[in-house]
Order: sequence, then C-alpha cells, then structure tokens
Amino acid sequence: MEKVQVTIDDKQVEVPKGTTIYKAAKEVGIDIPVLCYMNLEDIGVENKPGGCRVCSVEVEGRKNLAPACATEVYDGMVVKTHTMRVINARRTVVEFILSDHPKDCLTCKKSGNCELQDLAIKLGIREIPGQEYAEMSTYKTDYSPSIVRELDKCIMCRRCEKMCNDFQTVGALYAFNRGFDSAVAPAFEMDLQYSPCTYCGQCVAVCPTGALTEVDHSRDLIDAISDPDTTVVAQTAPAVRAALGEEFGYEPGTLVTGKMVSALRRLGFDYVFDTDFAADLTIVEEGTELLDRLSKYLDGDQEVKLPMLTSCCPAWVRFIEHHFPEMKDIPSSARSPQQMFGSVAKTYFADKINQKREKMVVVSIMPCLAKKYESQRDEFKVDDNPDVDFSVTTRELAHLIKEANFHLKDMEEEDFDKPMGESTGAGVIFGTTGGVIEAATRTAYEMYTGDSLNDGIEFEQLRGFEAIRKASVDFNGTTINIGIAHGLGNARKLLDEIKEGKSEFHAIEIMACPGGCIGGGGQPLHHNDTSILKARQQAIYQEDKNKPIRKSHENPEIKKLYKEYLGKPLGEKAHKLLHTQYFDLSRKIEID
Amino acid sequence: MSSIKVKVKEKDLNKIKEICSAHGNEPGELINVLQQTQEHFGYLPAEVQEAVANELGLPVAKVYGVVTFYSFFTMIPQGEHPISICTGTACYVRGADNVLQEFKRQLGIEVGETTDDGKFSLNCLRCVGACGLAPVVLVGDKTYGRVAPDGVREILAEYKKNEE
Repeated sequence: MEKVQVTIDDKQVEVPKGTTIYKAAKEVGIDIPVLCYMNLEDIGVENKPGGCRVCSVEVEGRKNLAPACATEVYDGMVVKTHTMRVINARRTVVEFILSDHPKDCLTCKKSGNCELQDLAIKLGIREIPGQEYAEMSTYKTDYSPSIVRELDKCIMCRRCEKMCNDFQTVGALYAFNRGFDSAVAPAFEMDLQYSPCTYCGQCVAVCPTGALTEVDHSRDLIDAISDPDTTVVAQTAPAVRAALGEEFGYEPGTLVTGKMVSALRRLGFDYVFDTDFAADLTIVEEGTELLDRLSKYLDGDQEVKLPMLTSCCPAWVRFIEHHFPEMKDIPSSARSPQQMFGSVAKTYFADKINQKREKMVVVSIMPCLAKKYESQRDEFKVDDNPDVDFSVTTRELAHLIKEANFHLKDMEEEDFDKPMGESTGAGVIFGTTGGVIEAATRTAYEMYTGDSLNDGIEFEQLRGFEAIRKASVDFNGTTINIGIAHGLGNARKLLDEIKEGKSEFHAIEIMACPGGCIGGGGQPLHHNDTSILKARQQAIYQEDKNKPIRKSHENPEIKKLYKEYLGKPLGEKAHKLLHTQYFDLSRKIEID
Repeated sequence: MSSIKVKVKEKDLNKIKEICSAHGNEPGELINVLQQTQEHFGYLPAEVQEAVANELGLPVAKVYGVVTFYSFFTMIPQGEHPISICTGTACYVRGADNVLQEFKRQLGIEVGETTDDGKFSLNCLRCVGACGLAPVVLVGDKTYGRVAPDGVREILAEYKKNEE
C-alpha cells in the first residue's frame, strides 16, 4: 500500500494513503477532539459526516480549516491541531451547538456522561454569544416502552442514524427537516412504538447527548422495595456482572458478581437470583427442541423447520417480526431466559414461599433496553400481571447503588440465593456472541451422542468477535453446521440466505448488539471504545471457567425443577410456562 | 399484536408503481421518483411516501427525511391557485417581503399553508430569472411583475372573480 509522509504538530508520521488526519494524528499520540465522529473499530462502523466541525485543524497552504475526521492526508501535508485559530474555531462551533441546546444539564439523565457537556467543560465555555438569535426547537418527548427521545437535545451528529440504518438495517430513525428544526426521528415523526424500531438500544449506546436515553424504572423499583407486603425478587443477566464495575472505577473486564449480589441485597431485595439459572433452563428446552427438529430432519421429514434460530434476544425477535414476518416460525419457540425466569418465579417459586402471584415483584437487571419492552408483551402476562414486572439496566442499577451511597469496591462478595441463583458456566456465556449456541452445543452433544464432553467442553470455533462466524461440530459422525451473527445487519445476511434456500446451517445464533449482550444498549457507555466490549467478553469466559458445573443439563436445581414441577422438557407444563409464539408486526401497503 | 396496515387507493398505488418501475425501482432514484410523484398528486401525503418506500425497498423514515429536507417537496395539498413569491436577492431588495406580508395578511395563512377553502396556497421561491421585473409573483403558471403590496388585492380578486 502506498505510504505518505505527514507532519502533525511537528511530529512526523508515515501512514497509508487515504488515512484521515484524525487517524494519522492518533498514530503519533495526538488526540483531536471530536463530537459527531464515531469509530467503532471492532465492528467496522465509522460515522464521519464532517458536520459538527469540532475536529477542525489547520493545514498549511489551505485557506479554511479542515475537518480532521473527514479529510484525507497527502504526502508532505503539514497539520497544526492546536493553534489559536483552531482553538477559537472549536470554541465557536461548540458555542453554536449550545446556542439552541437546552441548558437543564443539572437534571438531564446524561449529566456527567455527556460528550457535549465534556467539550463545554474542556473549552471552559461560560457564556454563549448570539444565543438570542437561536431558535429553540420544541419537540414533544416520546416515551416508548424502552427508549425515551428528547429531540430538543439532538445535535444532529447522526450516529444513531448510522447504527439504526447501516449496522442494524432497521431503518427506524432518519434525519428530517433542516436548519434549527432538524433532528432524527421515525417517519412522519411518529412515536417510536409505531415504527419498525426493535428497541435494541444501539442508538442510545452511541448518542453523545441526552437526546436518546432509556426509560427509567428506578423509581418503580424503589416503590416496590419500600412496600412491606411484597416479595421483591431480582434476577441479574450474565452480561451485567462483566460491566457494572466500570461505573465504579474498575478496569473493563473486571467481574463484580459477588459485590453486585451484596449490593442488591443491601438495596432491599428479598431474594437475589440469577438469570443464568433461567439460561440453563432455556438451554434444556431449546437444546431438546433442536434435537427434536434435527432427528425429524435426519429421519427424512421435509416439513421440519431448519435451521433453528435462537430466540433469547428480544430485539432480534422484534426484528424478525417486523422485517421477516414470513419466517416467524423458524426461531425456537423457547422464551428468553428473562421470561422463563419470570414465569417460574411467579409459579414454582411463589408456591415454595407461599406467596400470591400479585404480591410478587420480579425485577430483572439487564444489559438491554429491549428487555423492558419484552417484559410488557401481552403474552407474558397472566390476568394483566406481567411475569417480569419491570426491567432495569446495568446503568440504572449503578445509579441506584450510587444513590444509596454504597461503595462497590468496599462491599463483601456474596452468593446468589437458592434455588433460582444456582447456575452453570453454560448459563454465564449467554452474555456474549457465540455463547448461547456453545451452551446449547454442550447439552445437545451429550444428549445426542450419550457421551460426556469432559475436557472438550470449550468450543473455540464458536468464539470470537467476527460479524458472522460459521463452524461445524462433529456429533459422533453427524456434522452439525452452526452459524453465528451479532448485529441485525449481519443477521439479515443469514436470513436472506435462508430465504433463498442457500443456508447450510442446522442452527443459528443471533444477537442484536455488537458482541452480544455485553454490548447491549443498557450497559455502561463505551464512548466509542469497542475494546471495552472485548474485555467484557473475556470476563464472561473467565466466569464460565470459574464455575464447578459448566453444562446446563447438569444444574442440580434445574433437575429438581423438572422433577418437582415441570415434568419433561417440551412437556405440557413446560410448553405453557416456557414457550411462546411470534407475530407479524410488519407494515403492509393495502388497497383502500 | 398485528401488522400495521397502510391504506392506499388502487389507482394511486398503480401510478406510484408505474413511476417507480420507470426508474428501475432503484433506491438511488428516490428524488426523481418523488419529484414525479408530487407532479402527479400535487403533494406527498404519508401513505404515498409509504408506498414509494415499499416499492424502492427503502425505510419510510428515509423517504420522509428527504421530503422534509428539500423545500420543493410538500406534504400539504396545494391550493387550486398556488402562489409563489420570489424572495431571491433582486426581488427581496425591491420589497418582496412587504408583498409576502400582504399576501399572508389577506389570505390569513403562513408560508407553506393552504387556505381552508383550498383555493390558494402560499410559497416562496428563489429567483425565477425575471429579475428585471422584480419583485415577481407567480400564480399557477402566470407571472406578475413589479408587484407592490397595494396590488395584491387586485391579483387575488382576479382568481376569486373567475370562480364566481
């Protein structure tokens, strides 16, 4: 590749032709401030509309300033990144952006975690000249089941649009209007709940300001805990323990499982359980379903639906319901771990502690925004009482812990309660891309072959961070082809293959977020550093290693649950409590 | 839970399909498709945008984004007599703004709106290339030059009278 020599702030750097000034500067340790620019290197997403001009730099021989994020270097280019002209321009740009931006930072959900606020602090902006000429927009706040949109806070960086359209191929959000009135919204500025939004929350994960945030259920949680008549039960998703620590100064990838349990107990939960328990249950059901479909297929049944797709990611489920309704019968009918947990907690466990369903409050702690929506779906309610009352994110839990003035680092490590806190390593790896299918493989292999996996329990071929991965696993002479995709745009590619009859897979795992749940829309913000997601992934695999039992079907509490209550996997009771169906939610043009 | 149904009249849908297929159903032809669609319907209501999006395989949010970005496109049905006031440089310095204010006052509508009886709609445009006649007003295809605020009543009367 052709190389070019560039001088940035008197430092020489040689970079491939076509490199931007921003990236070349990074090579020599010069950090040019950016706002609209976003580079999620590990998932191949780059947003460089060159719109905000915060990254303006001076280029020798060029009259106007150049946006470093979108300007390519050339041989012999001389760049200055912090002349007075550059600093003044940067200030003016941020002042302009602030001129029509709400000033209620103190009560904004993103306060302390806002990239625009960070810039204003960095530049020491104390007044906003020309503010009186700015037209403040007055869009109404849109509350969907998962995401809150406050368009007045939108600065038109278009990062959300990039994620929603290019990475997820959902197409719910797009820029509209122009000038002061411009913002990002669904078509006709309709509420998000009527749009094809999947609630994956990747727009929220990249929004630099408070324009896109999660629906906050913290107050509901405090109310539930304060009510002495209710039994409040927590379930924590696998990915939460691998990220919560970041909010308290731990290095990314630090596991804080025990401290998290102790914090939840001190917050006042009556029982602290683990979604991993329900993940094990999911594997037993889903693994049995996969084997059932496979053996029918191998016996020559042409009607059987293969490949079987995983169904634990609610954003993915909504994606297929909206965009591929004709394929809604190919995912496993198994409910997600969150919902299996809820239905078991409000039946089996409620019976055990002699509590009435309506006095049970099941709260899930999730890395996810779509889980909020999933918990409110009608099919997961009994007489209008939801199996999971509400779901809070890793970020909301971190806020609650801070609000209670607990210092996570000083907390003791404690264990989950029994019985629904018992889990295996297979349940833990649900938190990362490839994990669900690896967990299913561990169980399906042993059920199918009758052999024990022993040392060969780690399926390296299923792991990694590539967008789409393909692997074959030998089930004692029968080859099982497995596909894995994270990100809905990648999932779409696999779905198109199935549609065209070209799919070679028996089973496919799909997760909507980059890296799987570890990169969920409810996790601590990565602020464009995707290496954080990889660190979380390593933590998840570490937690799996730490577990004495690593196969879902060997979880003693799961065995007990079937023996005492459910009967057989895919049996009548299991079907009623642990399985579901999917709906056609697509938009259809009809003749009037 | 069920799918969301968007109702479009059969002949309208056929027209949209015809325009889209004339452009090879290419997503990149969106602006040309919208231009022709607006030419046919006079404006671009939501269900028409939905149908265009469906034909071209684009998210309807993107179609709406394009429609609201370009001032040429409108989602409001145009009046029987669309009035356009040139606010280009030459017309502006010769008092187009005063003319515009007078039209707004007499019609009781803002720029981009249509009167309740559907007769007149009001828009601004930038330069029709008749700067020698500034300020210029267009009603439908007819051009009026050197328009002063006190000439507005007369122009409107011409169209009101024709209807009677």
